[in-house]
Amino acid sequence: MIILQTIGFLVLEKFLLVGLIVSLSMIVAMYATYAERKIAAFLQDRIGPNRAGIFGLLQPLADGGKLFFKEEIIPLASSKFLFILGPCLAMITALLTSAVIPWSTPLHLFGKDIPLQVADVNIGILFIFGVVSLGVYGIMIGGWASNNKFSLMAAVRGGSQMVSYELPMGLALIAVLMITGDLRMSVIVQNQVAHGWHIIYQPLGFLIFFICALAECNRTPFDLPEAENELNFGYHQEYSSMKLGFYLFAEYINMFISGVVMSCLFFGGYDIPFVNEAAWGINQNLLAIIGFVVLMTKAGLFIFLFMWIRWTIPRFRYDQLMNLGWKKLVPLALANMVITAAVILWLNK
Amino acid sequence: MNITHILFWFLSVLAVFSALMVITSKNPVHSVLWLIVTFFAISGHYILLNAQFLAIVNIIVYAGAIMVLFLFVIMLMNLNKSTEPIKHRWLQWAGAIAGLCLMLVLVAALKDTEIKGQAALVNSGDIGLIKNLGRELFTTYVVPFEISSILFLSAMVGAAVIGKKE
Repeated sequence: MIILQTIGFLVLEKFLLVGLIVSLSMIVAMYATYAERKIAAFLQDRIGPNRAGIFGLLQPLADGGKLFFKEEIIPLASSKFLFILGPCLAMITALLTSAVIPWSTPLHLFGKDIPLQVADVNIGILFIFGVVSLGVYGIMIGGWASNNKFSLMAAVRGGSQMVSYELPMGLALIAVLMITGDLRMSVIVQNQVAHGWHIIYQPLGFLIFFICALAECNRTPFDLPEAENELNFGYHQEYSSMKLGFYLFAEYINMFISGVVMSCLFFGGYDIPFVNEAAWGINQNLLAIIGFVVLMTKAGLFIFLFMWIRWTIPRFRYDQLMNLGWKKLVPLALANMVITAAVILWLNK
Repeated sequence: MNITHILFWFLSVLAVFSALMVITSKNPVHSVLWLIVTFFAISGHYILLNAQFLAIVNIIVYAGAIMVLFLFVIMLMNLNKSTEPIKHRWLQWAGAIAGLCLMLVLVAALKDTEIKGQAALVNSGDIGLIKNLGRELFTTYVVPFEISSILFLSAMVGAAVIGKKE
């Protein structure tokens, strides 16, 4: 009976956590669309959305409502099941990655510690990698099922871009893992709390990882799958209503999650720089909340950086994209990996 | 019948069913997608055996990269009914008989092996965890590991050479 109760409590706790994280991702993604328009307006010396609510704060709700009530069109020549599966997959893979992220230090409620991480699995960061590598299918299946040449070309571009940039991303990650010696996200963050952030040891690795994250999220300057002057609208050209909304929304969720992942891998996760917050001796729950706010601030700064880049840098040409990925980033990441390994070996001697 | 058994049977049925769908679906794109489902079912089996690293690598490498390349080729080839070459009926029979012969050989070979008596360590073994696996690979099995990496390297060089020849 007691075992049953503990299991029940665990399941309830995890369900609550999953629900919270999913709604958090949704809300952040919603307001990321608003932030994108406001930042674009700021950089172009405009005002931006300001009609719905104060400062246009209800604009995301208005946009969502509009998408919901639009007519849903499924092209006759499309393969219907896959046409619907495409945006579902894009959304699922976008939300799944948040499962292994340590959001903060554990909470202390009802006499026990509750870790703010859904699953601290042994393979940690590789799980994120696996889910990201599946993100291609949302684009590929949607683009193919639309039965439209432009969609298909965009889907193929998107797929090859994501597969190509996963490689340097993984190589940059290996250097981080060599420092940590563990794949668990919680250990990676704790290691940084103890020994300083990984950005100090791995500046080049971070740069490579950041560029690859831009490419994985299909953000400018790597938004080739959505190059509207060549491909009309990209892989979601035939989509309308909320299915289009899912594709667009998944992109913003991906952006948020990649911001959080980069904060966890290189910027200490929930750690506050230059201070030892554990020595303050304040309430554990308060500490957890502060840690969470710190992590969200870091992620928010990354989202801002993504948007800043989008409205500043023009798009690459396709051959430039492939050259950068395969001929520059892969050798750089390999060199970074070998140098890191050599230094670690030398220091351990 | 506990939850591990239920999961095992579910995954096994899923794996066999999706593998059958790979060879029976008319549309090659659907075949590739069913093959991805098969890989997922097999990864599920790995997780049941607590081989987490193998499971995730199976997904990253096979489902995430190799199958994407399959999809590229098939999507761009535009395989329709009209372009498909019509095969003789006796060719299909020959294929079926050859396949059955292979299955007979496999069953005969596995029937008397010792594996039958050994139950797999479900949900308890920790050799599949990354630290143990890495230690085992780089001590006991270091020679086969290095040989296979040289094989991969030569395959990569070969692909680059073939790709360069316009």
